[in-house]
Amino acid sequence: MHSTTCKRLIAVVSSFAMMAALSACGDNTPADTTGATTGKNSGISGEFHGAGASSQQGAVEAWIATYQSKNRNAKIAYNPSGSGAGVSTFLTGATAWAGTDAPLNDQQIEQSKAICKSGTAFDVPVYVSPIAVMFNLKGVSGQGKHLNMDAAVIARIFDGKITEWNDEAIKSENPKVNLPATPITVVHRSDKSGTTNNFTSYLKAAAPNDWSYEPQENWPNEVGQAAKGTDGVVSSIGQADGTIGYADLAKAGNFGTASVKVGADYVAPAADAAAKTVNASPLRPMPKGSKRVVVNVDYATSVAGDYPIVSSSYAVACPAYKDAKTGAFVRDWLGYVLSDGGQKVASDNTGSAALGGALTQKALKSVNTIQAK
Amino acid sequence: MANTSESSGAGQVMPTAVGQVSATLSAPGGGGAGGRRNDLGFSGAKPGRHSQDKIFHAAAVGCGALILVALGAVVLFLLLRAWPIFAGPQAKTSAVFASLSGGKAHGFWQYVGPLVFGTVVIAALALAIAFFVAVGVALFITFYARKSVRTVLNYVVDLLAAIPSVIYGLWGALVLVPAMYPFWNWVSVHLGWIPLFAGPAANPPRTVASAAVILAIMIMPIITSMTRDIFAATPQLNQEAALALGATKWEMIKLTALPFAKSGMVSASMLALGRALGETMAVMMVLSPGMTYSWHWLQASKSQTIAANIAAQYPEADSLGVSALIATGLVLFVITFVVNLLARRITRKGGTR
Repeated sequence: MHSTTCKRLIAVVSSFAMMAALSACGDNTPADTTGATTGKNSGISGEFHGAGASSQQGAVEAWIATYQSKNRNAKIAYNPSGSGAGVSTFLTGATAWAGTDAPLNDQQIEQSKAICKSGTAFDVPVYVSPIAVMFNLKGVSGQGKHLNMDAAVIARIFDGKITEWNDEAIKSENPKVNLPATPITVVHRSDKSGTTNNFTSYLKAAAPNDWSYEPQENWPNEVGQAAKGTDGVVSSIGQADGTIGYADLAKAGNFGTASVKVGADYVAPAADAAAKTVNASPLRPMPKGSKRVVVNVDYATSVAGDYPIVSSSYAVACPAYKDAKTGAFVRDWLGYVLSDGGQKVASDNTGSAALGGALTQKALKSVNTIQAK
Repeated sequence: MANTSESSGAGQVMPTAVGQVSATLSAPGGGGAGGRRNDLGFSGAKPGRHSQDKIFHAAAVGCGALILVALGAVVLFLLLRAWPIFAGPQAKTSAVFASLSGGKAHGFWQYVGPLVFGTVVIAALALAIAFFVAVGVALFITFYARKSVRTVLNYVVDLLAAIPSVIYGLWGALVLVPAMYPFWNWVSVHLGWIPLFAGPAANPPRTVASAAVILAIMIMPIITSMTRDIFAATPQLNQEAALALGATKWEMIKLTALPFAKSGMVSASMLALGRALGETMAVMMVLSPGMTYSWHWLQASKSQTIAANIAAQYPEADSLGVSALIATGLVLFVITFVVNLLARRITRKGGTR
């Protein structure tokens, strides 16, 4: 009898605590600063939706937070439903813009005629981040520690040709490191992934003799273990000695990362080194559609200081919207995203590479042609 | 009171309804009991009672019908949503399966085959591990444990049965899997000559063997709590008779409790097998998936289950991809159905023996 009274008391107290916590959640509108920002308010108002690549999620959330603090009347939401789903939703006209890891294909360009007021949809790069080859090896790995590897060694490890950490090929590149005879366990993505696509693109471009598979979103071979999502890969790497995998640099945590051989030097993964690669890469000639800015990432770069394993992610928009208000918003929003300030916000929050220079100028030129009236 | 009814059922397998003490004397088959039941609760009938009876009757029939409607709706949903993948043009559907499997399958059976294999192997392995431990625990609780220990164990078993599977999955993926590597490694080194345990053991061991262990831990409490109740209902007179004939405690259990509980143990296992077949989260979090017909339980990326595959692929699937996944769900439905049917067959045979 006594214990039930006790339980009831606990239940009542905890439900009050939960109610208090929930009401606190609903009350997070920032302090009112209208007086200070009225001059800067660009007149963008309304609710706007975007959807697409989950890789951009962190950056887009940071952009939304800062953008909304300047444009009090704009309410923006981004659904990280995946690149394919995001573009499909955009092509139904339900969202203002889409985020995608893969540039639009010809069929999608054709379909966009139906939802754009005039012309066809275009894509511009908004988010670039380095992909790190990360490993967990007792006595060798640790935060900020690196092993030197060239593309051929990475390709042979991920193709199951090199199976032990003290293989001659790894040793010869790291003469000062005492490598143990631990077996290598490769961890890759089990789901379709833009990261896998970028990583296999790099292997194909930089080590064509040791990597026979085409770049693709599904992991191509049967080597090692598969895990779902970036977090699955990272947690699997953390669970055993001798594992190696690939994921966004921001998730490297306490693992060691591979310094990749570019030209004559080894380059550690870093945001600015990744930005350097992308900014120097040529644009891909796009036969269909206009105003498109699609980077042909030079994975096989040999320029000193470039980090070649990068993922680039795009925003998709129309040159003219049926609803002029949406057009005005998208122009202003993507203009902000591509600005130095916007790129810095993303870089500070997610460790992504801040874009700039000629590439961003081209992207901004396309964005600025969006009709706002 | 309970003692009389139990002892009266000594000649029969199942304990019969209370209140037929006299009937069992003359009818060893228990056939005389049927006519007596109707007048048990209705002796002092008032006029109002009849309408209550009608309402209750209607409510009970409604509940029964609702089950059938729900089942029918599920089957209809599965068939309708899976239909496009069977009716669609060959080129398109084969592209869907290629994209779902990473180019390893091009037709429905090619795609669902390894999944069925993985589902059945993992669930059966889990049942094989769980069954003997669970029955052991149940025998200990019923026949060996002191009363204080018994109370605590009963409580713990019921608690284990109530833990949500995602908790087991998290614990399995984060704690149990890395901790099991030394054991699996030992197995692969010493028993590697058996193809099932062929090494090298994967590290981290996100394998069929680990997934089966986690599932076994999940389904063990179900089997334990059901078989425990059945063992507890073993006729006292049979036990005493066995002991009086000079049987040891183990022989008494072997001669009385186990035969008595046989069909109950089978149906408990089948219920548990049903849960293991459909388990999603725990498998998804623990297993490194693959699409093969491999029997190498200690190697990673060999198998995947239907339920975990649906959960893993659904977010990225387009409309035709979704209907392909639902079609695999239909196959899982059929497997579960067959398992239940078999269980029913076996239980009935055991009951009329």
